[in-house]
Amino acid sequence: MRFLAAIGRSVLGLLASIGRVGLFVASTLTHLVRPPFYIKEFLNAVLFIGYFSLPVVGLTALFTGGALALQIYAGGARFSAETVVPSIVAIGIVRELGPVLGGLMVAGRVAASIAAEIGTMKVTEQIDALVTLSTNPMKYLTVPRVLAATLTLPILVAVGDAIGIMGGYLVGVYRLDFNPAAYMTNTMDFLEAGDVMSGLIKAAVFGFIVAVMGCYHGMNSGRGAQGVGRATTNAVVSSSVLILASNFVLTELFFAA
Amino acid sequence: MITLENISKSFGDKQVLRGVNLTVETGKSLVIIGGSGTGKSVTLKCILGLIRPDSGRILIDGEDAATAERDAFLAKFGMLFQGAALFDSMPVWENVAFRLLRGSLKRPRAEARDIAVEKLRRVGLGPEVADLFPAELSGGMQKRVGLARAIAADPEIIFFDEPTTGLDPIMSGVINELVREIVVEMGATAMTITHDMTSVRAIADDVAMLHAGKVRWTGPISDLDKADDPYLRQFVTGSADGPIEAVR
Ligand SMILES: Nc1ncnc2c1ncn2[C@@H]1O[C@H](COP(=O)(O)OP(=O)(O)OP(=O)(O)O)[C@@H](O)[C@H]1O
Ligand SMILES: [Mg+2]
Repeated sequence: MRFLAAIGRSVLGLLASIGRVGLFVASTLTHLVRPPFYIKEFLNAVLFIGYFSLPVVGLTALFTGGALALQIYAGGARFSAETVVPSIVAIGIVRELGPVLGGLMVAGRVAASIAAEIGTMKVTEQIDALVTLSTNPMKYLTVPRVLAATLTLPILVAVGDAIGIMGGYLVGVYRLDFNPAAYMTNTMDFLEAGDVMSGLIKAAVFGFIVAVMGCYHGMNSGRGAQGVGRATTNAVVSSSVLILASNFVLTELFFAA
Repeated sequence: MITLENISKSFGDKQVLRGVNLTVETGKSLVIIGGSGTGKSVTLKCILGLIRPDSGRILIDGEDAATAERDAFLAKFGMLFQGAALFDSMPVWENVAFRLLRGSLKRPRAEARDIAVEKLRRVGLGPEVADLFPAELSGGMQKRVGLARAIAADPEIIFFDEPTTGLDPIMSGVINELVREIVVEMGATAMTITHDMTSVRAIADDVAMLHAGKVRWTGPISDLDKADDPYLRQFVTGSADGPIEAVR
């Protein structure tokens, strides 16, 4: 009996948090379309989330592209199909690994820092101060970050895609002795616009998830340094899990379409 | 006029306010005293709507605070938080001028900055402080910047949560005078929380003492020394012996 009660409690707890996050998202969306808009906050967020994430996302893509080329070569060699390396690397990066790994890296970097910043503001009464200064924290803190992440992550991932393909190219040409020109034409010939688009849509969704989870956990941070620490951890873990889960759902949707 | 009717608030199973009744006349200065953790800060936050009371009603000039239009309601208020609560992402002057840089009171940056520098001067801080960041200031300086921010838009109602804690005696005197000036010259209504009896005597028209979640005593400052409530007496004289238990 006690066992069942424990299960019931955690299910209820889970449903309650889903409800709270749902309300938070709904509130974000309504504030998104109603003025005032804080342009300066938005541009700061674009700079921080987009621009300063470039090195992390670029390096991730570079090494992943290289490793992918080696793996696919190893696998392809078993069917004497080494020539698929360029196109599979490109498709794998653009459709799957670019957005997912980019999203996860950004989750580690951005969700954590958003949650820590907003959580600290909450703990030191800065959020209360915002309210007393007639400024809605959802509009001033959440909306700019969510908008910036949703819009910049696709750009970030597009750049990452190009770097990832370049990583595959470098390994293909210098390590696996592909002909440079043939590698490039192989990459381009089999890559479709739909592949790229599906990856960029994923990236936008992941950006939204990262910023929403960062803001949500920050705004609901417990008291004291411990509360902020927990909010930060929860933001990273929940956004990572949600990225992977929504990636599956989106992939299934694109696959069916 | 600010009226609190039977305000109660619990956090979990800890009951902090148990039916607070309080009235502040327009243009008067009320000082709230009471032991640490008796819910003084929570009371101010309830009035501002930062914490929702479990029961009771708050009326501002006869209008229910819970149903008032939020923007117009908050535009009347200025608040100094106990921990100053400065925005550490922006320099001091932008903190002070926060209200003047956005929303309905928005004005050109240069003008907003001039007002900020003037308010900083009133709390005893020179113009060289304006471009520093809050993290570069001492605790007492942060407190004064918070004070400058609270009065920057000349609000009708001002709340000061411990304006003089962390200040040296001379600066405390300056701040006490400033609070007095704001009430007398600007005709603002003020509620101040303080533990400093010198401040109480300098600032208050009326005094309310919070104890055990209720208003234990309230009256004009002139009655403070005549009142014979043992709780109040112990607090005012700062004695360790009396009905308020000092756990050691
Ligand atoms: N957000 C909150 N969540 C949980 N408990 C809270 C919260 N805010 C205040 N409390 C509790 O309410 C009680 C009263 O707090 P409050 O800050 O009003 O005290 P205070 O009278 O201002 O004390 P001090 O003079 O030390 O500032 C404290 O016991 C505090 O732990
Ligand atoms: Mg307090």
